[in-house]
Amino acid sequence: MVDIIKPQNKEDLKEAISWAASSQSILEVISGGSKRDLGRPIHSKATLDMTAFNGIIDYDPSELFFKAGAATPIVDIEKELESNNQMLAFEPINLSNLLNVKENKSTIVGSLSANLSGPRRIKAGAVRDHFLGFEGVSGRGEGFKAGGQVVKNVTGYDLCKLLCGSWGTLGVLHTVNIKVLPSPETTRTLVIYNLNEEEAIECFTLALNSPNEISGAAWLPDKLSTLSDIDYISSSGSTITAIRFEGIKQSVVSRMKDLQSRFETIGEVEELHSLNSRKFWREIRDIKFLVFQEKQMVWRLSVPPICGGKVYKQIIDGFDSSVFMDWGGALLWVRVNQYSDEEYIARKIHNIAAQAAGHATCIAADNSIRSSIDVFPPLNLIEHGLTDRIKKGFDPKGILNYGRMYMEL
Amino acid sequence: MQMPPAEKRIIDQRKSLISIFSKIVGSENVLADETSLRTYDSDGLTAYKQLPMLVVLPANTEEVSALMRVCSERKVKIVPRGAGTSLSGGALPLEDGVVIGTGRLNRILEIDYNNRCAVVQPGVPNLSVSQAVDTAGFFYAPDPSSQIICSVGGNVAENSGGVHCLKYGVTTNNILGVEFVTISGEVVRFGGKHFDSAGYDFLGVVTGSEGMLGLVTEVTVRLLPKPPIAKALLVGFPTNESAGHCVADIIDNGIIPAGLEMMDRAAVAAAEDYCNAGYPLDSEAVLICELDGTESEVDILIERVSDIARASKATSITISKDDEERDRFWLGRKSAFPATAKIAPDSYVMDGTIPRRKLAEVLGRIGELSSQYGLQVVNVFHAGDGNLHPLIMFDANIPGELERVEELGAKILTLCVEVGGVLTGEHGVGVEKRDLMPTMFTESDMQQQQRLKCAFDPDHLLNPGKVFPELHRCAELGQMHIHHGSEKWPDIPRF
Ligand SMILES: Cc1cc2nc3c(=O)[nH]c(=O)nc-3n(C[C@H](O)[C@H](O)[C@@H](O)COP(=O)(O)OP(=O)(O)OC[C@H]3O[C@@H](n4cnc5c(N)ncnc54)[C@H](O)[C@@H]3O)c2cc1C
Ligand SMILES: Cc1cc2nc3c(=O)[nH]c(=O)nc-3n(C[C@H](O)[C@H](O)[C@H](O)COP(=O)(O)OP(=O)(O)OC[C@H]3O[C@@H](n4cnc5c(N)ncnc54)[C@H](O)[C@@H]3O)c2cc1C
Repeated sequence: MVDIIKPQNKEDLKEAISWAASSQSILEVISGGSKRDLGRPIHSKATLDMTAFNGIIDYDPSELFFKAGAATPIVDIEKELESNNQMLAFEPINLSNLLNVKENKSTIVGSLSANLSGPRRIKAGAVRDHFLGFEGVSGRGEGFKAGGQVVKNVTGYDLCKLLCGSWGTLGVLHTVNIKVLPSPETTRTLVIYNLNEEEAIECFTLALNSPNEISGAAWLPDKLSTLSDIDYISSSGSTITAIRFEGIKQSVVSRMKDLQSRFETIGEVEELHSLNSRKFWREIRDIKFLVFQEKQMVWRLSVPPICGGKVYKQIIDGFDSSVFMDWGGALLWVRVNQYSDEEYIARKIHNIAAQAAGHATCIAADNSIRSSIDVFPPLNLIEHGLTDRIKKGFDPKGILNYGRMYMEL
Repeated sequence: MQMPPAEKRIIDQRKSLISIFSKIVGSENVLADETSLRTYDSDGLTAYKQLPMLVVLPANTEEVSALMRVCSERKVKIVPRGAGTSLSGGALPLEDGVVIGTGRLNRILEIDYNNRCAVVQPGVPNLSVSQAVDTAGFFYAPDPSSQIICSVGGNVAENSGGVHCLKYGVTTNNILGVEFVTISGEVVRFGGKHFDSAGYDFLGVVTGSEGMLGLVTEVTVRLLPKPPIAKALLVGFPTNESAGHCVADIIDNGIIPAGLEMMDRAAVAAAEDYCNAGYPLDSEAVLICELDGTESEVDILIERVSDIARASKATSITISKDDEERDRFWLGRKSAFPATAKIAPDSYVMDGTIPRRKLAEVLGRIGELSSQYGLQVVNVFHAGDGNLHPLIMFDANIPGELERVEELGAKILTLCVEVGGVLTGEHGVGVEKRDLMPTMFTESDMQQQQRLKCAFDPDHLLNPGKVFPELHRCAELGQMHIHHGSEKWPDIPRF
């Protein structure tokens, strides 16, 4: 049985980590807790449960910022922000659908640790771009902080960027400062039916290279579009190329018109209005179209936008898989529906991504498989050296989520 | 300003370094005579000067790599340098240090409209990027006021901002990748043309690291489509408080302008005298609010901001009729620094950020400090993100005056930290704010930052003397003092 340690305050947290360091006990750090089965499996001595660090500490809408306990649930944060017409502009992904769990237990620190950004990434930036500051404890059991509560800040190294996407391997955060933005008054989506993946990329390029401030650009193949809860999408029986506009109503309408007139010559078009539009982008954000089941794998590929179509084709032709694109082609979500040789698949997917000058991460797979494949893109020698030295600088005893990202780091 | 003591061991190698470097970059690109070195003896923070031991000007990544390898083998210190416009002394040379200048790494390598990015060498001036893509309808968003000269590599090292970063973000939000040479001469790429990093975010860490982790030899910058139109409002206020309220109300109403700048009475008077921008001289504070986007959007936003300004007791509101008038509004703001030359022979620009809600309070306290020191302070700043640039006026020829200016500057920055802000919003710590770091960070915070540095540069050869008031040896920082905390440990709830 693995012990569960649940620190109640900063001092407890330091004590707990100091104990783990002195006894060389590997800790699995969790906040939301629902995702322990992902990343590489950790052989931990104890689970460090951070849920006591919960709640918004300071939120001033006109500062466009809030400070919260690290384990504050995303749903609580979004509720509070919504009542002030504000939002987390990076659209934190809720993976409960993909992973077949009922409740969305995502916490703010979990989103930071994973740096998985939603469809608005192409306009508003990634999770990391909204992370202003933190307080936490390193694997040395020492408290440290970085950043601040203001956006314009270049004081000292940007450790927020380092911690964001580090999967809890460098430090355990208990308080975080996050930037927020006003919610758009109106959201509309332009849908073009029946384009193949390369035609979709052409439309994305046209849209994203125009000054129409596109805040979402996704493509679904016909097999996946039927799974949508929105009639316009599911009953079309066709591929879906979707482009999102957000802002003041008059502006949204005129920007959409501008592109609509150009796309009408390419294919049949349709509009999604606020409610449907919002629903649709939730579906894209939360990977509604791919549910993970045993003996499958889910991958996420980040590539240059123009390569999206080519990578799509390579994957579809290479394996029994379901794939859709987001970020104007720069992000592909892939479910490998069945396979016999997981190591071959992993190598192949990492290769396809690397050839397109991008990279791939395995988001879901059976436990045994995640310990045998490279979940994260393999590191070259220089990256490995840097990663190893940084890890040792923050966590010399290798106690924080040891092995979660890379086998021996 | 105390810098790390010069080491005789390094200075003794000067001759042999000249000959090795000449083989790598050609002797004409190794500067060793005093007149040539003089050009490099300071950066934009001219109060500090130091003749470098040598200056080398490589022409490509291979040369940079070869130079770095020699320096790391011989444990010779390096100061990277772009255009030398740093306002924090980030590029201040060392008596026993080699300056590696990026002046010859000045080509735009690729413009890729399909992926909306450009790949440039670090010595390319910031403005050249936007100019190169202008006719195609694109721009590169970060626009420091020094953009005609400052280099993209320097922007990455300082994580520079500009008047439009309220809406478009600073450097770190606008670059996708770098090519980077480590101190041992290894060449590595962080990021690329895709949107997020695999593994640790090295790109994010290198941005804003003030030349202390390695040398950036190539940058992939994001290009954005140019907004079709931009309009600006010039608004006068009876008090700093009312201007401060207006700023908060604009944001509260869900509007993020492209730029939101504020000037106080002294700055307005100086600018008006200098270039007749048409500023309302009877105002205590003036706001310039720029809105950009499609025509329908801008027109609506202009209306909304005008209403907000009126509700905040604005005494005058002028809306730009065309780009010419808009440029005139900006001309005053942009020439505020040269304009102050009429007030006093010298000026010293500060750079702290505060929460917006503290604007009026902090301006008031800066005013008190100013009278206490008998030194005039002129305020010009990025109000939208609370980034202050108080400008202290003085005469460097009066003995002891610079020291008093520095003391006042330190008090202002400490005040910024006290109200919940930070020491530097965009100019960097460099040597200037190095000794103030403890007002914001504990020893433990700074040690953790230095451990990151150690992962890149274990012998502290890159830009030593900058950012950290005290450099700990990496071996010492690596040690771990185990606290046997197990006595209290059993009390922690577990189940
Ligand atoms: C490989 C991979 C696997 C994923 N697996 C899942 C999954 O199984 N289920 C799911 O819903 N989402 C998963 N995600 C997505 C991501 O975890 C969620 O989007 C995010 O919101 C999780 O929030 P949480 O609080 O529930 O995370 P948690 O599972 O509690 O933590 C997520 C990560 O953050 C670290 N962490 C937690 N608390 C702290 C802290 N205080 N300080 C520092 N680091 C901390 C954890 O160690 C872990 O690495 C996965 C993503 C990837 C790339
Ligand atoms: C009149 C004026 C106005 C200014 N306005 C602004 C403003 O609006 N916003 C703003 O943010 N800043 C502003 N600055 C400050 C300055 O221009 C910026 O910090 C700029 O980014 C510095 O670029 P540079 O090429 O001159 O760098 P340098 O001054 O040469 O160097 C700055 C730092 O970067 C390092 N460095 C340079 N090149 C590299 C490289 N290739 N690899 C690694 N490290 C490197 C140096 O070691 C040094 O630490 C202004 C300066 C002046 C003089």
